[in-house]
Amino acid sequence: MYFDSIQDFWSMGGYGLYVWLSFGIGFLSLCLLWLDSIFAKRKLMSQILTEQARQVRIKAAKQKQAGSSV
Amino acid sequence: MWKWLHPYAKTEKTYWLCQTLLPWFSVLGLVALITGAIWALAFSPADYQQGDSYRIFHIHVPSAILSKSLYMGMAIAAFVGLVWQVKTAFMSMMAIAAVGAVVTFVSLVTGSAWGKPMWGTWWEWDARMTSQLVLLFLFFGVMSLYKSFEDKQQASKAAGVMAIVGIINLPIIHYSVEWWNTLHQGATLMKLDKPSMPLEMLLPFFVSLVGWSSACGAIVLLRIQNEILRREMKRPWVIALAQQNVTQSNTATK
Repeated sequence: MYFDSIQDFWSMGGYGLYVWLSFGIGFLSLCLLWLDSIFAKRKLMSQILTEQARQVRIKAAKQKQAGSSV
Repeated sequence: MWKWLHPYAKTEKTYWLCQTLLPWFSVLGLVALITGAIWALAFSPADYQQGDSYRIFHIHVPSAILSKSLYMGMAIAAFVGLVWQVKTAFMSMMAIAAVGAVVTFVSLVTGSAWGKPMWGTWWEWDARMTSQLVLLFLFFGVMSLYKSFEDKQQASKAAGVMAIVGIINLPIIHYSVEWWNTLHQGATLMKLDKPSMPLEMLLPFFVSLVGWSSACGAIVLLRIQNEILRREMKRPWVIALAQQNVTQSNTATK
């Protein structure tokens, strides 16, 4: 370790605010984008199933209608 | 090579290629990011002039290099899409655009946080910073142009043209520190000469660069998959995949 104490590590030779701000925002942005992509994939999967179920219902309703009109 | 590349114009093939590559990129990205950050923050020596503020270098430079590489990647995807009418190329273009915008934002913010203690200002309308800001707006432009068309085929073409035209900004960013008298310093690494940095500073930087690149790669892969799912919602293979996914997650929770 380059620093003598944890105190020194946090203060970063007086540049603590800037160093931690950079690393904080950098990693936070990357993590948020990563999580957003993962959750978007999950949401899409369930959307696909909802849409599929809807299509099945529409088809069934159409068939029923066609059957009753005959 | 063309024979090998050809199947990837099909969305299903591309989806599975992404799925295979995803775990490798994700793991390498996470490991290298964490290692690089700890190394850069706690173990690499401080700069003799800038002290510990130089540690921002290890996040600022990887993000800045990546922002330009991602733009280039996006423009190449746009070119492939426009010339050969490949749908998956346009999907990759949009996947890269979002990641590129975030990475460019990170490079600007970290640059700002480094500029304050070193130059005494958060922001200056200097050539390097202004051209990098333009890069951010180009990413936003491509994304919003794509969003503004209902017909996604047309949207892809319009956004693709914008992405290609925007390439002009890349050499401007790179040479801005030479062409103009900028507050921003000249290149430390991206030059033909030997890098002007000692090895114990260079190594954590490379680890960080690998981490950022792989993590961005993983996110791009995920977003390509999402783009494919969104556009191919009604395809039988997508529906089968979604059903399989649900049964898998159900058994996992049981």
